[in-house]
Amino acid sequence: MVFYRLMLLVGMLFPITVLAADSEIVLTIREHRFEPSELKVIANQKIRLIVKNLDATPEEFESHELNREKVISGKGQATIYIGPLKPGRYPFMGEFNQKTAQGVVVAE
Amino acid sequence: MFGTGIIVFRETLEAAMIIGILAAATVGIAGRSRMLLGGIAAGVAGAIVVALLTGRIAEMAGGTGQDLMNASILGFAVLMLAWHNIWMSRHGAALAQEARRVGHAVRGGEKTLLTLFVVIALAVLREGSETVLFVYGSMAGSETSALQVLTSGSLGLGAGALAGFLLYAGFLRIPLRWFFAATSGLILLLAAAMASQMARFLVQSDVLPDFGNPLWDTTGLLSNTSPAGVLLHALMGYDATPSGLQVVFYVTTLIVILFAMWMLRYRKDTISRF
Repeated sequence: MVFYRLMLLVGMLFPITVLAADSEIVLTIREHRFEPSELKVIANQKIRLIVKNLDATPEEFESHELNREKVISGKGQATIYIGPLKPGRYPFMGEFNQKTAQGVVVAE
Repeated sequence: MFGTGIIVFRETLEAAMIIGILAAATVGIAGRSRMLLGGIAAGVAGAIVVALLTGRIAEMAGGTGQDLMNASILGFAVLMLAWHNIWMSRHGAALAQEARRVGHAVRGGEKTLLTLFVVIALAVLREGSETVLFVYGSMAGSETSALQVLTSGSLGLGAGALAGFLLYAGFLRIPLRWFFAATSGLILLLAAAMASQMARFLVQSDVLPDFGNPLWDTTGLLSNTSPAGVLLHALMGYDATPSGLQVVFYVTTLIVILFAMWMLRYRKDTISRF
């Protein structure tokens, strides 16, 4: 009985997962700058952020607002999952080049 | 130019705190310095290898390989710290007592020294690999000269190491009655802090749900980037905007280790006599 209830519960979870399919966004680092520097995303949805570093030097994607921190090697790329986010602005920066590498995620 | 020093300092600080606390917690165990230095050396060697392989590691698991590696390293370190604290809750008080009274190193505790070696190596590996990458990257950049990067990097490294040493020296001044409680208390917090960081990596790579992100926000009260915030983060895992999963991991680790320590403390043992 417990098993069937559990199965039912698991079964109920799947449609939700399908509905909330991740949307994918690509962020590029070039000459220690983020392109685009403003990322528009849909609020309340999980987002797969793919960060491509075209520079030869590594960069660290960091955002206190998003609660994320990740090193991306030179000429490399990495995946960071963010959200679901409430509508608002979430600044991020490249910790290794703070002067130039600044950006913001706008959820709406 | 100064930026290099500050980033290296921040990365070093965390590893230095861990080394300082563990060095204090194992005062009096024979062969401890060898294990400490060996752990640091192994960590540095590992850090260089990991830094060289970063690109390849990152590409694994759909771009989340780095997070999964960090989460595994942290999980392993948490287990080691838990084991160390539980073992010390049976033997540590006696070791500290005897070492101070007799004034020479106590035999025993070889097992916990191995955990010491592993935890230090892992801490240096994790913090060090980012430092190596960063310093290498800064030198490759054209803005500052290699010499400037190395100078300010060394200053940051020195300042971080000094902070760890001061923590260690401070511990040695704690009266014997409180010494054991203080070191095992901080190791407990360290383990919980590492578990919380592990949760962060698991959320970031979408392995586990976040259960609310952030669960609360105390940036206005004490921000992650303020000096006090950085210090509290290194010592006990302070985070102004933790996810729900981080809090679950933190609290669970605290409870499990405390419970195991408490269970063993009250078992019949020679230590309970003093």
